[in-house]
Amino acid sequence: MTRTQRLLAMLAVVSLATAACSTGASPTPAPTGAPATAAPTAAATPAPTEAATESYPRAETLYTTGKQWGPPSTWNPLDPNAAMGVVGLQYETLFLFDPLADKFEPWLAESASWTDPTTYTIKVRSGAKWSDGQPLTAADVAFTIGLAKIKVVGSNIWDYVSDATATDDTTVVVKFKAPAYQQWALWTYNSPIVPKHVWEAKANEDILKDTNANGVGSGPYMYKTAAEDRMVWIRNDGWWAKSALGLEVKPKYIVDIVNGANNVALGRLMQGDFDLSNNFLPGVATLVDKGYVSTYFKSAPYMLSANTAWLVTNDKKAPLDDKEFRKAIASAVNVPDIVNKVYGNIVKAADPTGLLPSWDKYIDAAQRDALGFKYDPAKAQQILDAAGYKKGGDGFYTGKDGAAIKLTIMVPSGWSDWEAARDVIVTSLKAVGINAEAKIVDYGGLVAARNAGDFDLVLNNEVQISNSPWTYYDYMFRQPLMSAEGRNRNFGGYENPDAWALVQQLDKTPVEDAAAQIAITSKLQKISLTDMPVIPLWYNGLWSQVSNVVWTNWPSDEGAHVLPATWNGYWQMGAIKMLTNLQPVPAP
Amino acid sequence: MRRYFGRKLFIYLLTFWVAATIDWMIPRFMPGDPIQSLLSRTQVAPEAVASLIAYYKSLFGLDQAIPQQYLNFWVAMAHGDLGRSVYLSGRPVVDVIMAALPYTLALLVPAILLSWWTGNKAGAFAARRRVLDNTILPVGYILTATPYMWLAIMLAWIFASVLGIFPISGGYGYALEPSLSWTFIKDLAWHWALPFASLFLVMFGGWAIGMRNMIIYELDADYSRYLSALGAPSGLVRRYAFRNAVLPQITGLALQLGVIVAGALVTEIVFSYPGIGKLLLAAVQNQDYFLLQGIFLFIIVGVLVANFLVDIAYVLVDPRTRVGMSGGTA
Repeated sequence: MTRTQRLLAMLAVVSLATAACSTGASPTPAPTGAPATAAPTAAATPAPTEAATESYPRAETLYTTGKQWGPPSTWNPLDPNAAMGVVGLQYETLFLFDPLADKFEPWLAESASWTDPTTYTIKVRSGAKWSDGQPLTAADVAFTIGLAKIKVVGSNIWDYVSDATATDDTTVVVKFKAPAYQQWALWTYNSPIVPKHVWEAKANEDILKDTNANGVGSGPYMYKTAAEDRMVWIRNDGWWAKSALGLEVKPKYIVDIVNGANNVALGRLMQGDFDLSNNFLPGVATLVDKGYVSTYFKSAPYMLSANTAWLVTNDKKAPLDDKEFRKAIASAVNVPDIVNKVYGNIVKAADPTGLLPSWDKYIDAAQRDALGFKYDPAKAQQILDAAGYKKGGDGFYTGKDGAAIKLTIMVPSGWSDWEAARDVIVTSLKAVGINAEAKIVDYGGLVAARNAGDFDLVLNNEVQISNSPWTYYDYMFRQPLMSAEGRNRNFGGYENPDAWALVQQLDKTPVEDAAAQIAITSKLQKISLTDMPVIPLWYNGLWSQVSNVVWTNWPSDEGAHVLPATWNGYWQMGAIKMLTNLQPVPAP
Repeated sequence: MRRYFGRKLFIYLLTFWVAATIDWMIPRFMPGDPIQSLLSRTQVAPEAVASLIAYYKSLFGLDQAIPQQYLNFWVAMAHGDLGRSVYLSGRPVVDVIMAALPYTLALLVPAILLSWWTGNKAGAFAARRRVLDNTILPVGYILTATPYMWLAIMLAWIFASVLGIFPISGGYGYALEPSLSWTFIKDLAWHWALPFASLFLVMFGGWAIGMRNMIIYELDADYSRYLSALGAPSGLVRRYAFRNAVLPQITGLALQLGVIVAGALVTEIVFSYPGIGKLLLAAVQNQDYFLLQGIFLFIIVGVLVANFLVDIAYVLVDPRTRVGMSGGTA
């Protein structure tokens, strides 16, 4: 072999792998709207300089993680999958709702009230302005309400709103055909107000397609940069709440890291590199007890409750269409084991009504004590025996027609805590003589099977804390049943016209009328306790662990009662106050 | 020579067509529906669900008949369009992949080439003496038998968690913004070191063992004995042996590429390295047809191109192939 040939061979081998790069690079369309992502071009660097690097001083930066499961891709506040903080840090809502205090707090609205049963008058905060310096006025609010007419925005308010007009610079009058008070209250603290002068130029069909990077917002933070594994916000020093409410967000930068492996979040947090992790970290209780990280409560349950994990039963399928059978399952499931062994006490067992602790005032305790269930295997067997179920030769109960019963239970594969909980459920069902087995399926497969009604039991926790148990019961009793495609409520197919009528009545009850709401929810609780359309098991936690190395004065049971969460929808449930409460730890 | 490459090229194109078609089919016949999964993550008002489904279907081109979708797939690909990512809110797949690709290539290319080169050298060196053989061989066996993930976790634990020398995760420091400065480049290299090392070490072991075995075999071959018998210096004999032994190693490189890509995948996940591997996992978990399809397409093209280059390299390195192709006899 000659020298040239050897050289050629070398070159060929070298280009072997590099070629893979150039093959993809040819016809790339110009990225539109996407942020400039970091392409490490170290090799081609002409003359690097020392000063050019932009960095965030540690003492002024808050590092968070837990919300983002993929690269931040859209900053469109109308897209439910928008990057961490788009709604809350950059775009704001008319009100905040604090579930811990059960209180609405005027935010972009200075005040708002029902001037008559079908008219809602909003006084917009005077002095509020957009990050481009333009004033935020009633016209922006009226425009935003109008945007919801575009169906793809995913809102239904125009089913009950008839008109929204800015009558002067600070007043918006909203007219209703059929006021849905609870839904509207939900809207006032969930829907971000967008600037009319920027958004009115967008065509309707582009409203959702626009990624809106570096958009104009009113909130305490502005878009700084984003990359595949992070989202960076910079403080908006002209934030209106500084003068209006005397509030100031402390961190100058917020760097939110896309979720990676659990060990990464935990390791970084313990080293003090991350300040707040909203990830579920198994076994975190031990670390709290040893003082490595802090949580909202110093001891069990450590976390606040964010949603109810329940067992959805397929009410269209024997024997689960029998409420006695469902009640037997409720008594059979060993919830204490799930709480202690699976979760290591970082969750709480659910109330038999399933209503979250923040809805405590709605729980009819006497009724619950009379009708409720608890883990009691003997009781489960009694219920089944009394209902006429007989055990077959294999020791398992059979259907009333004598057919063998074998229930399947699904959780998304890879959700390790739920898989462990599922195993406890299977074991405890078998222990009372109900044959059951796990059905292994990934999230997509589970959604498809669940929506099509092709399941027996499935674990679910989709109702988050909110201002009203209406969201909870709407989810449970929704009627008419939605078609399989896109079904997102009442998966069990439980149909009870009385219950649905009560849910609608609750929706039409003014938010201020606590007594009427309590009376209606009490009736709903009775239906859920006697018919058991879903079986509440435990409250999933508002996973949150913090480090006190750089920032302190975190939300806690002893300190500020604020939700410590970066998840979507939580900033406007008061979590924004976490940022105004934080204090930097003085450098040693 | 032209006939040889013509035939090769045809086979590669055929492979590409079959692989791309399978790549297109698999996500579509998986249970589940990406739009339902997307919608199920957010609580949209039931009254608005139908219009959202229609919107997403037309956005992703899923409202067309299956044969039409297949046709669209090839037409779009010819234009360099791989569709839009479902779970990344409709971001063009090509953009998403191009943003992640530099990280993966920066890991893979040096790891493959360096491990191949040093592994071959070390293997050949080890075959020389019994003492060396007894030390390098077991080390090589242990390394090559180590799963990529396990080694990556061990490295992360020892060098990042316990000793704190290297960072645990990420492509570059979370406090930095990309720029052409020494600070940034140093930081980039610092974050690259551990993922690179975990890939490099496992592959190194494999190549070293392969080379060591080949050299011993070649040194036992008739031509080596004949050369020695003629009194040729042992250095010369070794050089001939090395050239012959390196041939199967080149073939091995082509065969190994697929496995190496899988190794890069788990390494990236362990270190939260923002490359293709991490993206692939997310695409699978979220049933993101188009992202999944786009990533596989890149891998398919990458592996095919690499194989083709190995073919060329083989012709250049092994004179017998050339002679065979031009009709002569060896």
